[in-house]
Amino acid sequence: MTRKFKWRHLYLWLVFIVLYAPIIFLVVYSFSAGTTMNNFHGFTWSHYQDLFADSRLIAIFLDTLLIALLSSVLATTIGTLGALGINNTTRPVARNTILSLNNILMVSPDVIIGASFLIFFTALKIPLGFGSVLLSHIAFSIPIVVLMVLPKIQEMGTSLLDAASDLGANNWQLLSQVIVPYIMPGIFSGFFMALTYSLDDFAVTFFVTGNGFTTLSVEIYSRARQGINLEINALSGLMFLLALILVIGYYFINQYSSRHRAAARGRRS
Amino acid sequence: MQRKQKLTRNTAYFVPYTLWIVLFVIAPVILLIYQSFFNIDGQFTLGNYQTYFTSSTYLMMTVNSVWYAFLITLATLLISYPTAYLLNETKHPQLWLLLIIMPTWINLLLKAYAFIGIFSQVGIANQFLSFIGIGPKQLLFTNFSFIFVAAYIQIPFMVLPIYNAVSELNPSYVNASRDLGATPWQTFSRVIFPLTLPGVKAGIQAVFIPSLSLFMLTRLIGGNKVITLGTAIEEHFLTTMNWGMGSTIGVVLIIAMVIIMWLTGGSKRRPRKGLTK
Amino acid sequence: MKKLISAIIGLLAVCALLAFGAHNLQASSGSNGSKILNLYTWGDYIDPSLLTKFQKQTGYHVNVETFDSNEAMFTKIKQGGTSYDLTVPSDYMIEKMKAAKLLLPLDKKRLTGMQNYDPRFMNLAFDRHNKYSVPYFWGTLGIIYNDKFVQPGSIQHWNQLWQKKYRNQIMLIDSARDVMGFALASNGQSMNTTNPATLLAARNKLNKLSPNVKAVVADEIKMYMIQNEAAIAVDWSGEAAEMLAGNSHLHYVVPTEGSNLWFDNLVIPKTAKHFKAIYAFLNFMSEPQNAAKNAEYIGYATPNQKAKTLLPKAIRNDRQFYPDNRTISHLQIYQDLSPELVGLYNDRYLEFKMHH
Repeated sequence: MTRKFKWRHLYLWLVFIVLYAPIIFLVVYSFSAGTTMNNFHGFTWSHYQDLFADSRLIAIFLDTLLIALLSSVLATTIGTLGALGINNTTRPVARNTILSLNNILMVSPDVIIGASFLIFFTALKIPLGFGSVLLSHIAFSIPIVVLMVLPKIQEMGTSLLDAASDLGANNWQLLSQVIVPYIMPGIFSGFFMALTYSLDDFAVTFFVTGNGFTTLSVEIYSRARQGINLEINALSGLMFLLALILVIGYYFINQYSSRHRAAARGRRS
Repeated sequence: MQRKQKLTRNTAYFVPYTLWIVLFVIAPVILLIYQSFFNIDGQFTLGNYQTYFTSSTYLMMTVNSVWYAFLITLATLLISYPTAYLLNETKHPQLWLLLIIMPTWINLLLKAYAFIGIFSQVGIANQFLSFIGIGPKQLLFTNFSFIFVAAYIQIPFMVLPIYNAVSELNPSYVNASRDLGATPWQTFSRVIFPLTLPGVKAGIQAVFIPSLSLFMLTRLIGGNKVITLGTAIEEHFLTTMNWGMGSTIGVVLIIAMVIIMWLTGGSKRRPRKGLTK
Repeated sequence: MKKLISAIIGLLAVCALLAFGAHNLQASSGSNGSKILNLYTWGDYIDPSLLTKFQKQTGYHVNVETFDSNEAMFTKIKQGGTSYDLTVPSDYMIEKMKAAKLLLPLDKKRLTGMQNYDPRFMNLAFDRHNKYSVPYFWGTLGIIYNDKFVQPGSIQHWNQLWQKKYRNQIMLIDSARDVMGFALASNGQSMNTTNPATLLAARNKLNKLSPNVKAVVADEIKMYMIQNEAAIAVDWSGEAAEMLAGNSHLHYVVPTEGSNLWFDNLVIPKTAKHFKAIYAFLNFMSEPQNAAKNAEYIGYATPNQKAKTLLPKAIRNDRQFYPDNRTISHLQIYQDLSPELVGLYNDRYLEFKMHH
């Protein structure tokens, strides 16, 4: 039994090592005295100093985070409500049609999405910049949210809802006290996936941006011709560290408070 | 009756989503279909479709894309299923799950460059191979490295839905199966896997479909030894500016996706409530 | 649910904070004022210290936005909705933009530094009398080899790439025009040929190169060559300069029988609005010491002959990147081909890639 347990841990460790290997590689090179990611040239902080002096890059970084967070919150909201709607669609044909439509943005290559959004925005005279980028990011993040939330809703089944409505819950109560708590893990995954899509996107953002607004991805890709300098590595490393601290911190605070609450409830009863 | 009323009221939640579908899905798709009927000089034609379905280059590319997307999906599934399953048994599964997603927040191009460094002839991977006595190998530009890196990118998108399904798994089913004398394999294939199938399906949809149109990695890691439809679309939109032909391939991809959806999505337990009430 | 709502509120608060931070940073660097210039360029294609100097001298703040290919830039400018004042297309793209009426002619009376440029790089076919463009950087297409694997000086011509001994050792830049171009040059044909039969012959010749081709890659070719991943590469001089800086075993050769000569020039797209700033910037970049500083930072060859004299001797006498007149006389500039021909070049190139 204990032996088996160790094997399982080994597998997970391996997966994590592979997942983090490229990131560690990037971070290690952010300390290299050279200018590119070839051959480590000795330790230096200079790329970090360059980074903090580069207010343009920092502004781009803040804008990128802003777009990512804002678009993810909105996409998760719209996507979750959409998934609830799809779940209420009982005719299989309608359901499959909606799901197919939902997935179109996932199958279409970014260039196609970017080009058609660009035509769409210019046709509607929507100025290119923050607004158009935000709208596009919301748009291409919605399908993944739906895909993450929908299975959770389906698992819930109807009996739980029937029981709740039999007990006299109204729509809002049903949503806020029964459905949302139940599908919370799905919403959470959807939000994180939306964040991922937004942070990673290059092609769509490139096409729909303008008037001085840029995201980190666009900047990184367009720097490739000149060779990406290690300042970008330093920025990515810092961003990753920040995310790591936030995620782990948030998780344990959450754990602590819920345990605390559970304990308090236990005492009361 | 009461239920029906509730359903109609619920459609209010559906409005933003519907709006999204109309504005950002249906409108672009109509635009795409419209464009696919024009040649490079802006004349109306069916020639793009004719070219696609008669040219050996495009048909080969299609076969290639499907084949590699299949391999990538398979590799991703084989790595992700045990990961998701084992995650569920750890102490802080939600935390580990977040840690699996987080590498996707680093820019893809940077990660690809890191892989180039790792897989190069003097890279860590080859040093390891030398260390265990296999000796350095050409790793870059091989099918192995291409599928490996593509799977690497896709793992989080597969782990998440599977994990969601696994975490819902009622342990009493597993215990019951064991108590009834099933072997671990029987328990897995008869009980666990079927119960987590919806998650697997969602994962496959999230991985297979985008893998059809990969283009960056085919060049960065595959050295253009693998040419997929994504490569051709990229080229038609950005180099030759033949948006008509690019759109045609896009339309073909969308139709392929719809077919896959209908094949895998025909959920059996759905119709029960609507038809009975 | 309460937790969810508080999480959303928290996230929105963070967003507000981020917006505030980004806004402040931009305001402190003066990008929201009226004295601005919107420059649309390749990523990291200008020395940032020059932008600071320009702002100090003239008061104009330069907003830099970036693109990663000529064609992507063309699409953005053509579609409108943006307000770029200056952009840096390559030669054939200048011709294409001109034909699409996307460029505004230069007002020569407001330009002060045009006499600084090398006359060899002015008045070229893609822009006669420099009606629309001011040279920014120039370069060539050539062969990079690693002297660990290839005897120094043994590669001088395109045809040598086909030698059996280079099996699986060559990397090509992923660009239809350049790969078809060197195949055409190796056949003694024009790199701008419009004859389908000639193109087919070039494709057939490329197919024979397949066993030697290790990979067809793009910007990452630099990384590969620096890491000794391949013995030989076909790439542009700008990329080559970067590679040579990273690995002392690498050398760059421009085949004497002919190759491509390329230019990136500054032009004013039709979306331009801030004309005073535009001319101030064009004149600023024409000043020899600024152009020299930029060339040192970027590592490309400058067309500004007065700037060239200010460069360190080792750079300005480097035949690899400043080839002699005889070599230059054999070089060809890409012309803007009709869409059908561009399609044909790309189809043949795609067939070659599928073949290999």
